[in-house]
Amino acid sequence: MRILVIGAGPAGTRCAVRLAERLPEARVTLAGAEAALPYDRVALSKLLTGDATIESLITHPLPMLRRLGIHYRPATPIAALDRAAGEAVTTRGERLPYDRLVLATGSTAIRLPLPGATLPGTVLYRDMDDVRAMLRAARTGGRAVVIGGGLLGLEAAVGLAARGMRVTVVHAVGWPMERQLDPAAGALLTTRLGTRGIRFAMPASTTAIEGEDRARAVLLADGTRLPAELVVMAVGIRPNIALAREAGLPVARAITVDDAMRTADPAIFAIGECAEHAGRCIGLVAPALEQAEVAARAIAGEAAAWAPRADATALKVSGTAVWSAGDIADAEAECITLRDEAEERYRRLLLRDGRLIGAVLYGDTTDAGFYLDLITTRRSVAGFRSALALGPAFVREAA
Amino acid sequence: MAETRTTCPYCGVGCGVLASPDGTVRGDPDHPANRGRLCSKGTALGETLDQPGRLLHPEVDGKRASWDLALDAVAEGFRKALAEHGPQGTALYVSGQLLTEDYYAANKLAKGFLGTGNIDSNSRLCMASAVAGHRRAFGEDLVPGLYEDLELADLVVLVGSNLAWCHPILHQRLQAARLARPGMRLVVIDPRRTASCEGADLHLPIAPGRDVALFNTLFRHLHAQGFRSDAPGLTEALAKADGETGLDAALLATFLDWFTTTPRTVTLFSQGANQSSAGTDKANAIINCHLLTGRIGEPGAGPFSITGQPNAMGGREVGALANTLAGHLDWSSPAEATALRDYWRAPNLAAGPGLKAIDLFHAVGAGRIGALWVMATNPAVSLPDAARIRDSLRRTPCLVASDCTRESDTMDLARIRLPALGWGEKSGTVTNSERVISRQRAFRPAPDEARPDWWAIAGVAARLGWGDAFAWTSAAAIFREHATLTGLARPAPRAFDLSGLADLTDAEYAAMAPTRWPVARRGQQGGRLTPATRFVPTAYRSPANPTGAAYPLALLTGRLRDQWHTMTRTGPVPRLMAHTPEPTAAVHPEDAPGFPDGNLTRIESPWGSATLRLRHEPGMARGTVFVPMHWTARFAPAARINASVNPAVDPISGQPELKHTPIRLVPALMAWHGFLLARRSLGAGLAGWTALIPAGPDLFRHELAGTEPPAEAFARLRALVEEPDAAWVLLEDPAAGLHRAALLRDGRLFACLFLAPNPAALPPRDWLLSLFPEPAIGSAARRALLGGAPADGPTPSPTICVCHGIAASVICASIARGANTLALVGEATRAGTGCGSCRPEIAALLAKTPVPEPA
Repeated sequence: MRILVIGAGPAGTRCAVRLAERLPEARVTLAGAEAALPYDRVALSKLLTGDATIESLITHPLPMLRRLGIHYRPATPIAALDRAAGEAVTTRGERLPYDRLVLATGSTAIRLPLPGATLPGTVLYRDMDDVRAMLRAARTGGRAVVIGGGLLGLEAAVGLAARGMRVTVVHAVGWPMERQLDPAAGALLTTRLGTRGIRFAMPASTTAIEGEDRARAVLLADGTRLPAELVVMAVGIRPNIALAREAGLPVARAITVDDAMRTADPAIFAIGECAEHAGRCIGLVAPALEQAEVAARAIAGEAAAWAPRADATALKVSGTAVWSAGDIADAEAECITLRDEAEERYRRLLLRDGRLIGAVLYGDTTDAGFYLDLITTRRSVAGFRSALALGPAFVREAA
Repeated sequence: MAETRTTCPYCGVGCGVLASPDGTVRGDPDHPANRGRLCSKGTALGETLDQPGRLLHPEVDGKRASWDLALDAVAEGFRKALAEHGPQGTALYVSGQLLTEDYYAANKLAKGFLGTGNIDSNSRLCMASAVAGHRRAFGEDLVPGLYEDLELADLVVLVGSNLAWCHPILHQRLQAARLARPGMRLVVIDPRRTASCEGADLHLPIAPGRDVALFNTLFRHLHAQGFRSDAPGLTEALAKADGETGLDAALLATFLDWFTTTPRTVTLFSQGANQSSAGTDKANAIINCHLLTGRIGEPGAGPFSITGQPNAMGGREVGALANTLAGHLDWSSPAEATALRDYWRAPNLAAGPGLKAIDLFHAVGAGRIGALWVMATNPAVSLPDAARIRDSLRRTPCLVASDCTRESDTMDLARIRLPALGWGEKSGTVTNSERVISRQRAFRPAPDEARPDWWAIAGVAARLGWGDAFAWTSAAAIFREHATLTGLARPAPRAFDLSGLADLTDAEYAAMAPTRWPVARRGQQGGRLTPATRFVPTAYRSPANPTGAAYPLALLTGRLRDQWHTMTRTGPVPRLMAHTPEPTAAVHPEDAPGFPDGNLTRIESPWGSATLRLRHEPGMARGTVFVPMHWTARFAPAARINASVNPAVDPISGQPELKHTPIRLVPALMAWHGFLLARRSLGAGLAGWTALIPAGPDLFRHELAGTEPPAEAFARLRALVEEPDAAWVLLEDPAAGLHRAALLRDGRLFACLFLAPNPAALPPRDWLLSLFPEPAIGSAARRALLGGAPADGPTPSPTICVCHGIAASVICASIARGANTLALVGEATRAGTGCGSCRPEIAALLAKTPVPEPA
């Protein structure tokens, strides 16, 4: 059996490894668009801050891939699928045949359609090349503007600040990381990053990137002009679905798959950020790896189904642990908040009908497992509600 | 440091105290009342000195004034009242806290020179029925027996006396005697199962007000058993001896049998008997039984009235009650009144009795009293139907108040405020419940402009033109005059006689050792008295205001172990407050269905209402509710119980019926309950319901409840305790009504604020309070703060032994390890080995904690 995995990110690589392990007879080909060995994309920020080298980011060196029997094809972007023939066509026109195809094409960082958005000095923050560009810019110091106050934007900001740049983060919402943090935790984080010299413009929207031959400044809607030698766009991602759509596979926001991660074409699977399961896309590595496992089992003929777990995000931003899980934006939910501003600890718990549906932990995430369990099991917390925010050590449940 | 021999200012036991100027106190081993022991209140006396809120300068119309100006104003107020209303338009309301010499001067001013009988004492609330009962039976107000009789008796009957809490040292003497002679029996007659019932042989849970029926039943039984007496009035008394006790027949039979067969029986009665519309009859019903059995003034036998205050007896001796004259002289004997008029050179001597307390304040309210001088007492809180009393005081044209504290509800209303000396500063005598006169001596200098009450009285008398009669230069001179007076119009059958002390020199007075009257001759010590006694008919009457469908429960008020009166002295002392920090209403659980233990509950009577913390106490007699009388606007404005108490009085003694008011329980509807712990007092007006609880040096607990939305209250209360550079730790669950906050600076705790929809959702306060003294609390404690308890630590338990700070949990643990007696618990934990006042509570823990069987 010939199996082709398109995309050598964490999900694609994991899937290829599992397939090679499960189906020793099969020929597993892993095709990556980047001219690099599979690496830990999540750790790119460490490269930026200097806490990691390019080598240390490599997760699967070539000998390992060979030993696993994986045919690795770096720098091999795929241009089209010929489903009728069971072949993928590379940009160079090469045809790669498959009996089973796994799409792990990931996503692309969004470049805002602004005047000046393509000027030199304006970079995205997605892959190793982007990081290299940022490092080059940082070498001369100066001012940087990061557009986007999500996790990636903040990582970029922290990294650039660590490299000596004066960084301003422009964010559309009033507090950073609004998908993982509520306003209070966001404010704590803002203060925290402020101590590292990072400034914030929020809520604010960018109207243009100014400059003749290269980016010189970022212009905000309120007229503010932020001079910048480097502009980093980290405003979100767009699933890479062109390949699938043009091949006639059903897509919505991303490629629609069933519980086994199978697309409408029984020979083709999709996993990771390019897949859409039950109307939801994922953006984190942990569920992407789970999906990779499920797809590998399904291809191997085993029963397998992916069930989304409560979204839990454990992050470390500038040394501060941040964790969130479940639904943290439900405006109708009852909220319990615990805050110790002097010790930079914060918790927000969202409840509905006496059950925990979401949680945000900031500063101290040691009790994350406790809350994740409560969210997942939907156990009633009514009996210990007053102690809930203090953590499991304070919960004395009636026997 | 040199110790001064003085006398405790609390209850009527009158214990000797050795005090140093720095405030260290210990029991006087040579005093016959206590032989070195002191109770929890007495032990903490040093902590009551130097209290904030002392009144240190006279004030007139709210402004500081010189003594000259203030006394001028008092004199002018009384002169005006005399001019407008005559003598009956003037009045003094004084107190068992006064020394005999102050008391004497006040009585002399009123009866001798203002010419009015309108001087009454807060003893009216305390002892008036016993006084009246004594006078009816003995022809004179006297206690025949001695404390020693409690130790010599084979049967001690406590009637309406929680001796363990209210007279702890006498209780300890009794317990020690019982330990030495296990055959000795103790019977407690009380609607409540009080601390005094611990270890008692029999508890008769009498319904409030039925004591007369019980002793009438005993009286008939004794007669049926063959007891006879030649004393007058027996036949009529027997004919009137009616009433049903309502008690269990077997319990009653046991009591009747024990009393009948035990010649050495002491019946000790106190406020539970006195504070009744049949209080005088209760005293006489008891005395009748002792008279019929010939057990009066015998070793180990007699009726024994125990007084509530340190000098109620002194007040009675000088005649500072509206219906007594002076020195046990009596208006009913014209020769005695004449002798007094001549002795005082007081042609205007009051012609007859004046208004007793309740009537007096009603006269004040009706505008018939133009000038009223209140000394050392707090009628705005302590009298029944207190809202009406407060209103009367407010409308008094010239209200003068003498006190050592500015912090009393009555002081707030006074037009002229006079700074009195407090305990440790004043000098004079007091008489205890066994007729022993002891010296209270000063061991500290008078602060600022505080002066003796007698000096202020004399100053006013001089301004009114009677200076010659008040020209004393010392308390000793007053005492000599008083002692001389007791010898007037003799020969007479009066037992009260201090003639033998009339010529004491100043030095002898200064050195006077405890002396029991009568002292007819120099050097004499009084002993037991066997007065000519008559039977008094005591037909049973039920309480004046019966319970009914609308007000089904009977309210009784009384004292707590570690508080005194209206808390002006004891309230600010944290370790005294620790015993019962909040104003509570105790009720039998089955009488309060739908009223959970620990919830705030409103008590309503036809006279007023109060809101208190409800406690379920299975030891309460069904149909009764007990509320401590202590709380004032200073500590818990909504818990002032006297506003609800009925103003019914005994027709003879005029003593209010504080032990029976029909009431009902109504839920106190609150939007939130909470507490605020802070480093300073934020007062008692923080919320709809507030109890202010001093909890340590610069540490105050405020128990709160309110009706506004909890989030609003939370924000408002937080704003009150903000500190510069301090930061909050906050836990908020608005949907559940839970709000918790702690304020810290550099790890030091400044405030804790907890709000919840019901009291049960609040954590115990002890652990949080224990963190305040810490210079910096650790990270684990900081994380646990808003839980109110260390994550895995034991739940804090209440302090039982105040002297050594031993918690109930520690005592229970020692019992569980095998300490099955008071002595063993004391050995193991030190609990109960200090003042001993907590021993009944330890006994209760012993009774209910399972002790392991020996292996």
